[in-house]
Amino acid sequence: MSIHDWFKRKKLQKETEYTRERLDIPGNLWVKCYKCGQAIFARDLAENLKVCPKCGYHFKLTAAERFAQLFPKNSFKEINESLTSTNFLNFKDTKDYGQRIEESIMKSNYKDAIVTVLGKLDGLEVAVGVMNFAFMGGSMGSVVGEKFARLVEAAVEKKLPVIVFSTSGGARMQESIMSLMQMAKTSAALGRLRENRLPYISILTDPTTGGVSASFAMLGDVNLAEPGALIGFAGPRVIEQTIRQKLPPGFQRSEFLLAHGMIDMVCERKDLRDTLVKLLKFFRD
Amino acid sequence: MAKAEQKNNTRRLLPFEKPLEELYEKLDKLKTIGSAGKMDMSEEIRLLEKRIEATRQQIFAKLNPIQVVQVARFIQRPTTLEYVSMIFDDFLELHGDRNFSDDPAMIAGVAKLEGRSVVVLGHQKGHSTKEYLARNLGMANPEGYRKALRIMRLAERYNKPIISFIDTPGAYPGLGAEERGQAEAIAKNLREMAELTVPFISIITGEGGSGGALGIAMGNRVLMMEFSIYSVISPEGCASILFRDATRASDAAVAMKITSKDLLELNVIDEIIKEPVGGAHNDPDLAAKNMKAAILRNLEPLLPLSHHELIADRYNKYRKMGIYNEG
Ligand SMILES: [Zn+2]
Repeated sequence: MSIHDWFKRKKLQKETEYTRERLDIPGNLWVKCYKCGQAIFARDLAENLKVCPKCGYHFKLTAAERFAQLFPKNSFKEINESLTSTNFLNFKDTKDYGQRIEESIMKSNYKDAIVTVLGKLDGLEVAVGVMNFAFMGGSMGSVVGEKFARLVEAAVEKKLPVIVFSTSGGARMQESIMSLMQMAKTSAALGRLRENRLPYISILTDPTTGGVSASFAMLGDVNLAEPGALIGFAGPRVIEQTIRQKLPPGFQRSEFLLAHGMIDMVCERKDLRDTLVKLLKFFRD
Repeated sequence: MAKAEQKNNTRRLLPFEKPLEELYEKLDKLKTIGSAGKMDMSEEIRLLEKRIEATRQQIFAKLNPIQVVQVARFIQRPTTLEYVSMIFDDFLELHGDRNFSDDPAMIAGVAKLEGRSVVVLGHQKGHSTKEYLARNLGMANPEGYRKALRIMRLAERYNKPIISFIDTPGAYPGLGAEERGQAEAIAKNLREMAELTVPFISIITGEGGSGGALGIAMGNRVLMMEFSIYSVISPEGCASILFRDATRASDAAVAMKITSKDLLELNVIDEIIKEPVGGAHNDPDLAAKNMKAAILRNLEPLLPLSHHELIADRYNKYRKMGIYNEG
């Protein structure tokens, strides 16, 4: 495929921007910014933490990219990495859920929509979870819920603060009611963390909606959001269909949530690590 | 008179109760003749009424999931306020979230259950378009969830059990709901419900619609009326998003496992409350009687538990939920 074709494809995809954004394909030298259209040299983009140098658009990160930015010295260890989803309801829509899981593992190189680790951030021990939008839209099923709960329980046991980066379209519908129950499970785990007076910092990234926003993503002692991230309970299209009018520009974006008192700050990616360290030190000292 | 009755009967029927229509028409005719005083029709009327009940029993013995959805959403299905008045004494409704407003889609209050002080809350729908509008079809806004939390904390402070009634298509997906933090309101309720130090029973009475349902449904025991549903998304929503075909709601309803029987098998709920033949609306008093018995039966073993035990009981219940592979 020529770069020209690729750009054209990106343009088409932009129209369904709420739901999908293909991650960088290695070997593509140029990347086009989804927001301002600027062509950016892939290496420059990577060096700029995958933020558009022209307009500041924050590209989605894979879990590996997020960990690389957060732990430049590779000072972390993954936990519960062997958990995988299973099609326990024999659910089949346009495709068998079991097949969907397998394909997502192949395509994304991740086993599910969250990676959980124990690591050291500037010498401070932390329990960190990073969601992966590339794995079935970051949807929360049993595996995401279980890994989240185990991460929190590990933090309680080791007396660590918890940091979680959310990005999710919501509950994993293929797991039906069991995906809904993960909202209860993860929130209950956070209740236990709170009882133990251990801090929880939630970072909402683009997009965080549905069952994840209505559970652990909104429950931080401190809620941070990357600029311009779509954050909400209902998806914009559902709201538009309900109220039968167009949504105002900027609706459900990070800055809107800040204005409405739902998050503590909008934090640019370049400042994220320092901000986290400051917060962790506040809680520790 | 006969016309009014007939109209009433037609209204009582669910779409799949078509076979009953003819029988009811016959019944009306017999009653008209009987009331005209020319002939004694009482025996014929009795037999026909028996036949109607038998036919209804046949129909309800083998409902498919989408038909259960229709029963769960039926406009005549008893509402939370009706169950509350049938089950409890001295109910006093309490209003407002002390922050923004009073959400009519969520009701809450204090009451007596067999002499015991309890706190009740739940979604309120209605029986007409007018009531649906006034109550927003039981689709609560953030202030509804915050009112519910306020009342749950009141219960906790005075050590009273909580009974919640769930009947909603979902939390309201509106502009104001987003501005006022629908996601945060529900999320906070989930965390706080897990930590409640009092016995807590939740009953899905009609529609258990996703996060909007769960937002008040994290009881130590979760009970479901026989013909209610509980699911992460409506069958219509699932059909259009996953099946890419809005007309396949019926298939989605089957695939999603949303009936009380399915959810009991998945250990998501603890008990199914039997409904009268033809559904709760066909005999609300009997439905309420069964529900009351189930509440008392499930509350009993929770009453002696300590605060710590109640929290642990709830934590373990939800902690176990999930099916996955490991290794
Ligand atoms: Zn740009």
